[in-house]
Amino acid sequence: MNSLSLESRPEPARTGVWVGIAAISMSFAAYTSALIVRQGANPDWVHFRLPPILFLNTLVVLASSVTLYVAPVGRPRESQLAELPAVRARREINWLYVTLGLGLLFLLGQVIAWRDLSSQGFTLASSPSSSFFYLLTAAHGLHLLGGLGGLLYVAHRVARSSESQALRAYRAASLYWHFMAALWVYIFVLLAVRI
Amino acid sequence: MTSPHSSHDAPRQSFLRKYVFSLDHKVIGLQYLDLSLVAVTTGMILSWLMRMHLGWPTKAIPGLGAVAPEATGGIITPEYYLSLMTMHGTIMVFFVLTTAPFAGLGNFILQLQIGAEDMAFPRFNMMSFWVTFVAFLVLLAAFFVPEGPPLSGWTAYAPLSAVGKDAGPGQGWGQTLWVISIAIFCIAQLLGSLNFIATTLDLRTKGMSLARMPFSTWAWFITSVIGLIAFSVLLPACILLLLDRVAGTSFFVPSGLVISDRLQPHAGGSPLLWQHLFWFFGHPEVYIAILPGFGIISHILPAVTRKPLLGPRVVIACMIAIAFLSYTVWGHHMFMSGMNPLSATVFSVPTLIITIPAAIMTLLWIGTLYGARMRFTTAALFCLGFISVFVSGGISGFFLAQPAIDSYLHGTYFVVGHFHFVMGVASMFGIFAGTYFWFPKMFGRMMNETLGKWHFILTFVGVYCIFMPMHYLGLAGNVRRYSAFTVDYMKGSVPLHRFITVAALFTGAVQLIFFYNLFRSRFRGQIAPTNPWEASSLEWTTSSPPPHDNFGGQHPVVYHGPNEYGVAGKDGDYIMQNSPESEPASESAA
Amino acid sequence: MGRHEGAIVGKIFAILVTIITIISTAIFISRVWWLPPDISQLGAGIDHQMNETMVSSGVLFVLAQLVLAFFVWRFADNNDQRKIKIFPGGATPMVVVAIILVGAEILALTLVGSRVWASIYVTKSDPNSFTIDVQAEQFAYYFRYPGPDGKFGALHPDLIDESSGNYFGLDPANDTTARDDIVSASLVIPVNRPILLQLHAKDVSHAFYIPELRIQQDFVPGLVIPVHFTATRTAKSEIVCTQLCGLGHYNMRAYLEVMTDVDFKKWLNDQSAQ
Repeated sequence: MNSLSLESRPEPARTGVWVGIAAISMSFAAYTSALIVRQGANPDWVHFRLPPILFLNTLVVLASSVTLYVAPVGRPRESQLAELPAVRARREINWLYVTLGLGLLFLLGQVIAWRDLSSQGFTLASSPSSSFFYLLTAAHGLHLLGGLGGLLYVAHRVARSSESQALRAYRAASLYWHFMAALWVYIFVLLAVRI
Repeated sequence: MTSPHSSHDAPRQSFLRKYVFSLDHKVIGLQYLDLSLVAVTTGMILSWLMRMHLGWPTKAIPGLGAVAPEATGGIITPEYYLSLMTMHGTIMVFFVLTTAPFAGLGNFILQLQIGAEDMAFPRFNMMSFWVTFVAFLVLLAAFFVPEGPPLSGWTAYAPLSAVGKDAGPGQGWGQTLWVISIAIFCIAQLLGSLNFIATTLDLRTKGMSLARMPFSTWAWFITSVIGLIAFSVLLPACILLLLDRVAGTSFFVPSGLVISDRLQPHAGGSPLLWQHLFWFFGHPEVYIAILPGFGIISHILPAVTRKPLLGPRVVIACMIAIAFLSYTVWGHHMFMSGMNPLSATVFSVPTLIITIPAAIMTLLWIGTLYGARMRFTTAALFCLGFISVFVSGGISGFFLAQPAIDSYLHGTYFVVGHFHFVMGVASMFGIFAGTYFWFPKMFGRMMNETLGKWHFILTFVGVYCIFMPMHYLGLAGNVRRYSAFTVDYMKGSVPLHRFITVAALFTGAVQLIFFYNLFRSRFRGQIAPTNPWEASSLEWTTSSPPPHDNFGGQHPVVYHGPNEYGVAGKDGDYIMQNSPESEPASESAA
Repeated sequence: MGRHEGAIVGKIFAILVTIITIISTAIFISRVWWLPPDISQLGAGIDHQMNETMVSSGVLFVLAQLVLAFFVWRFADNNDQRKIKIFPGGATPMVVVAIILVGAEILALTLVGSRVWASIYVTKSDPNSFTIDVQAEQFAYYFRYPGPDGKFGALHPDLIDESSGNYFGLDPANDTTARDDIVSASLVIPVNRPILLQLHAKDVSHAFYIPELRIQQDFVPGLVIPVHFTATRTAKSEIVCTQLCGLGHYNMRAYLEVMTDVDFKKWLNDQSAQ
């Protein structure tokens, strides 16, 4: 396969991620409208202070997006594609693993936020606001786990496959990952405003 | 995610890889179709049981007592009737009307029509089939749980579906399995839709511009876009319902409910929220079932009338308009639900407007028949039947779209007749037309046309005998979802119900002709020529059944749209899409 | 398969469509199955709308089916040599006809229909309406009248006790307005007087359907939904549930009795005395 013609070829993986982004956005839109309707339906909505660690988690997930972006493979240019594969592979893996690590750290932080909240007596069923808190964070976390899987797949491709295949995988997975970061910022703002 | 494999000679594969966990879209398409064949048989048997009970409520149904302990001595109890109804609806809507025309036929044919080797993501494709299969097993498991199968209908309105065992039989494990099954099904459909969209966008062969895509491919593509949005909303709704059931949350259950003398522990939820989320999915779902039918009819009509479809661009525009409008009308299911009565007026308008593109399409199909050189193959007959039942079902929609009339007809058999015509029978006729038309492509053999015609004629008469009288029942105020008619004013409806029951048993029995034809032709049918219907699209340019990579390592190049019939081409009165001849009359390029 | 066999099947199809259309339409016109006589003040509007829709969509139905049948019959001549013809004008007349016919129908139905709908469901009830509280539960309706004081007692779901007959969860011990509330299993109303029903559900969703009054409304747990109407003649008819509510759904019903004013006062007094 000729990697130089990559730009002009359709990339089903990237298309697939875009379509996936549309679907995930739609389901979070559904959660959002459910939240708004439920909050308006009855006066039993309980406001509480969000666990402070969420601010840190937000920084972590944004940082992970940056580390993935600065991975050189993210800005494919003809000159870069001609670089020595072995050198590139090592650099990519480093940045990929930094991103993976940050992703795991984010999930760990979310778990800490859950423990913090449940220790204050806010459980999944205790009030509608906490129900939505757990629901939205869990749904996002699950999708982010999928993103981690995607990054692992990229690492696998970088180690095993041709340059262009690795690049395709990277472009698709990183698109998804940036979306996950953006989605989290949206959820965080939604929770901050509504809860 | 893997990109499509480019080797054109089929690699030697293990039995499991070849027939069970196959990555070949054709095998997966057939798996979907086989699954929906099992599902439609199950659903039909359930409807038989319901009909027999409605006609003769006190007569024991032979053998039923042995299979279903809930029906003691073969007599269907009120709760078992509702379970049969719930399972019939769920199986038919999800595992037949969504699975067969879209996931099944689409999976087999779409790639062939656009000249692709396979789906964009063959592994996802395999996964979506097996996830669908698991969803089906989970749903069937609900038949065999202690508190009995679920009974809150395919719409599963909260709080009945959300509060658990207190609400009566079927609301224990049965309802939980129902929610889980539908959630799993959503995931499968999302994967499937994503795959269809990426495949159509990225894997079209050279020259296959969007404008040259066959109508059926357009329909599957539009369906996958509708499905992507609809199932992305149903999945969260199912998760919320599941949490209400098992985790004690209160999304849909309000405060102060006393069920079975027990004050429920929930507080503050909104039952209407479920209805909004459900119907936001539920109405587009109707179009997920029927749109592939539109595409199949539009695809087959030119081949059987031997002339181009009237207004090809308009048909595609109508399908897109319907897809778009389908998201603005969900509230018409909720005119009587207690939502703001002003919003009923708001939802009524797009509901009526959506009949315009539908009417345009119907007129274009009928107009295509004008001056045709009809070839009455079985597929052609089912197309004609489709038009007839679609008109019948569509027109009864005029009544239900108006809140003022819906206030009388809502919840009656009028609604049952309406949606069975337009969503059940019309979609089913689309599936039949597609099956008779593409069977030679799938198995390299022809179906028996004489049996096919008997199948059509008897089915056509049968469905009118079943569903037209339901409109009369509805006008007389006969309420649906009743296991017996003990209410005084409904007692008079029993004779008509018996007529419907007889018609349903008859029409069901007629399907045995189809089953026989299907199985016999698969192994004994006449060997099919390459292009038995003299159709112009790419699926008829390769062998039947097609090789593993569809075109034997070739990449077809497309020069024509799919609608070039009634012209002088080199093979007859049509031009193949991949035919290099430029002028319709030219005899050159071999 | 021979072309000839095909042509015969085509003609059979055309005949079948015609027969089905004629029989179906004849049964609609004969009104063997039809709405029961209307006993409500606003029902006439609905009946009018129903007739309009029946006629206009009936015409569309018959036209579409017969044109389909005619085209199939006409072009089922199994002559493979005949030249095909394109519909005069192509797609444009079809699009125009569909838009004009269906559009006109939609306009007519929406303009008239939404007025009828509004008069029943959007318009506020008459301030002098006689108010009755309706509770639906698995699988019965209970109707509560305010009693001589004209006031309803407050509801306490935790006090609901079917065995002692406290269906609504009233608290007569502490709540004076609740003491004289009358609870009935059937809906008894005076003729020619505006009635306002306050619908609420005890357990799951139910509905309230009286064909003679042309009224249908869901009960939604957690909401109180108003329904108003005026019965125009004395009658006895049935109220049935149209929202799936569980195993006893088919049997969930109550009677509506429309009485003269005199009879109604007597009935109310008898109930208070009990």
